[in-house]
Amino acid sequence: MQEKNRGLALFTFLVFLFLLGPLLIISVTSFEGGNILKFPPEEFSFRWYENIFNVDMFLVAFKTSILVSLGGNLLALLLGVPAAYALSRFDFKGKSVINAFFVSPILIPGIVLGFAFLRYIVGTYQLPIYAALFVGHTVIMLPFIIRVISSSLSNFDFSIEEAAESLGASKLGTFFTVVLPNIKSGILAAVMIAFLESFNNVDISVYMTGPGVSTFPIQMLTYVENYFDPTISAISVLLMFITAFFMFIVERLMGLSYFTKR
Amino acid sequence: MKKRYLYLLLLPGVLFLTIFMIIPILMTIGTTFFHEGGGFSIQGYLDFFQDRYFIEILLTTLRVSLFTTIICILLGFPAAYYISKLKQRKKAIMLLLTIFPLLTSPVVRSFSWMVIIGKNGVVNKLLMGMGLIEKPLDILYTPTAIIIGLVHLFLPLIIVTLVGVMENIETDLLKAAESLGASRLAVFSKVIIPLSVPGLVIGSILVFVGSFTAYTTPALLGGKQRVISTFLYQNAITLNEWQVASIVATIMIAVTVLIISIMNGLAKKLNPKG
Repeated sequence: MQEKNRGLALFTFLVFLFLLGPLLIISVTSFEGGNILKFPPEEFSFRWYENIFNVDMFLVAFKTSILVSLGGNLLALLLGVPAAYALSRFDFKGKSVINAFFVSPILIPGIVLGFAFLRYIVGTYQLPIYAALFVGHTVIMLPFIIRVISSSLSNFDFSIEEAAESLGASKLGTFFTVVLPNIKSGILAAVMIAFLESFNNVDISVYMTGPGVSTFPIQMLTYVENYFDPTISAISVLLMFITAFFMFIVERLMGLSYFTKR
Repeated sequence: MKKRYLYLLLLPGVLFLTIFMIIPILMTIGTTFFHEGGGFSIQGYLDFFQDRYFIEILLTTLRVSLFTTIICILLGFPAAYYISKLKQRKKAIMLLLTIFPLLTSPVVRSFSWMVIIGKNGVVNKLLMGMGLIEKPLDILYTPTAIIIGLVHLFLPLIIVTLVGVMENIETDLLKAAESLGASRLAVFSKVIIPLSVPGLVIGSILVFVGSFTAYTTPALLGGKQRVISTFLYQNAITLNEWQVASIVATIMIAVTVLIISIMNGLAKKLNPKG
């Protein structure tokens, strides 16, 4: 009996070696001292980390990505919080249809969505690339915002809201002083999950590059196509730190259940 | 009174998605059914399915997605079972280790495989060092490379989905089966597997559809080997063939919708809880 469990444990260990090994290897290569990316590295240095800050295109693209992800996040919140509230608070005809409608951007292949954006938002609607990038990222963040905030609202006891209203508080006042403070952590978790989704996005952004406009992951792709040096390894390590930090915060805010629930 | 509030709350989001997503998608699909003169026509599709190059890309993509899904199930199911049996604290750590790659940039994850399976990569150096091969293996820029990258991309997804389902299998049920004389293997095959089927189906849909439409991984690891997503991008951007790109986009949406509805029907039928 014990033997079988040990076999399963070994199998699981190998699966995780496959999952995490590559990330470990790429981290090690970032400390290469020479010019060529190899594993194991021959000498140790931080020069490739310095190099990130010497490549202008990375700095510009990083700024663009941060602005697009934060701005799109804000717009997605303005659109998504009222919708999530309505979907959790009221029962009405067609509720499940509206719910499915708001989640639908996840179901459409990103590479298809990006193409449709390019053709109609940039082409027909004539929005500048920067604005199209912003709108496109809002579309893909909206489902995450609505899903996470809805699940946070499902734990909220709406009778508290009714009590506040019966004591004379206005609907809007109640929302800001009673409902919002109670779902604070849900909103923060939603913002972080949506941010990662947007910041790492390739499928939409790959269509929306123009003179001087490009997001960070797209700039990484362009760089990999032209150079095979440890700069990308160094960037990867920095990105993994950001990811780990965000994951830690989300776990603190709402536990791991968000990820295991389907 | 209540209704007015409801509309007011939902309208901005609905309008936004309609203008910026539904209309662009419907227009993309719509244009594929008209020829240049303006009349209704499915000629574009007929030409398409007679084009051997495209058929080959479609079949390669389907094959790659199928292999990826099967490998993900074979590796993910036992691992998820092991994790679901762990004590709370250990389980949380293992889940964090699974979720971390899930949240890491796909560019980073694909790039790491370029370092590992490239001509001068870790695998080739190791195999040559051991004297097992004389010339470096060509793994990078083949369908195999795409499969490796996609398995790495989607394995965490199927593990977390399965752990979520397996956690809900009641321990009492397993104890009951064992106390009635079932062997561990019997418990595994007669209780755990059937009760995990809904999660397995959902996980498989996510992996298959995800592999079928993934762009970054095949773009970096596939080289000249096209799959349907890189073919779409190439037609849209490099070749400026917007009509062809729209047809490919429509086919991708159709396949995605088809697979999701077939699997959903299957999941309902197989669900032992009815």
